[in-house]
Amino acid sequence: MTTQGRTGATEYAITSDTEVTITRVFDAPKRVIWDAWTSCEHLPNWMLGPEGWTMPICEIDLRPGGALRMVWRRTDATEMEITGVYREVEPPERLVYVESWQGDWPETTDTLLLSETDGKTTATVTIRYVSKEARDAALATGGIEGLSRGFDRLDDYLPTLG
Amino acid sequence: MSIDTLSTTLSALAHPARRAILTRLAEGETTVKELSAPLDMSGPAVSRHLRVLERAGLISRRKEAQWRPCRLEAEPLAEVAAWAVGFREAWDASFDRLDAYLEHLKGQEKRNDDSR
Repeated sequence: MTTQGRTGATEYAITSDTEVTITRVFDAPKRVIWDAWTSCEHLPNWMLGPEGWTMPICEIDLRPGGALRMVWRRTDATEMEITGVYREVEPPERLVYVESWQGDWPETTDTLLLSETDGKTTATVTIRYVSKEARDAALATGGIEGLSRGFDRLDDYLPTLG
Repeated sequence: MSIDTLSTTLSALAHPARRAILTRLAEGETTVKELSAPLDMSGPAVSRHLRVLERAGLISRRKEAQWRPCRLEAEPLAEVAAWAVGFREAWDASFDRLDAYLEHLKGQEKRNDDSR
């Protein structure tokens, strides 16, 4: 996966039976990306997902065994919450944490790797499920239920597939 | 996963009966007979849908048993889910925002340097 130098595009890959990997290149040194990813001064400014969400609660205890908690809120007051624990904290290159969404979603172990070339940083996020079954269950329930909503858009798209 | 695989997956999903089959299989392995009753479809009709799902790699069928139980193969759904639902949208949106935020930080740094 050599995307070094190409900013503005995210790559998604299934890297094993239990893993999904997301890669993106940013036009900044890894120290800056590390801070942006690990500090509540920065996270609520960008890790917000789609339009309409804010992060009113951000709590980070950045050390192995330290807790993290983020709460997102949409304009209609819907809330989403992630809680987790940091496992490995090696600034400014490697961060491993276990996290789970509220509800029945399976816990995941996420690894952030940062590597810098010519002032640009490749961020690689690997999301690992506890088992293939756990990943498949997440994909099947989340995917299919989510898809039934998304199918309105697909109705327009499918005729173009030929 | 190539765009062609994604297209195959999307086409296979583009029928309510096939999505109902996948939803049922998410609960566990089952047979054609067990699938046809709640769908109110004949065995052959269900089998036709199963062939489409099998070609798309969304299900597999055990060969050893005579009743050939079907099971969900969720792998192709990963790319679809990433493409179609919040997962990908959320990461893309966040990363685009981080790009803009990094520019903002650079501007701030420059202003700090200039005022020194």
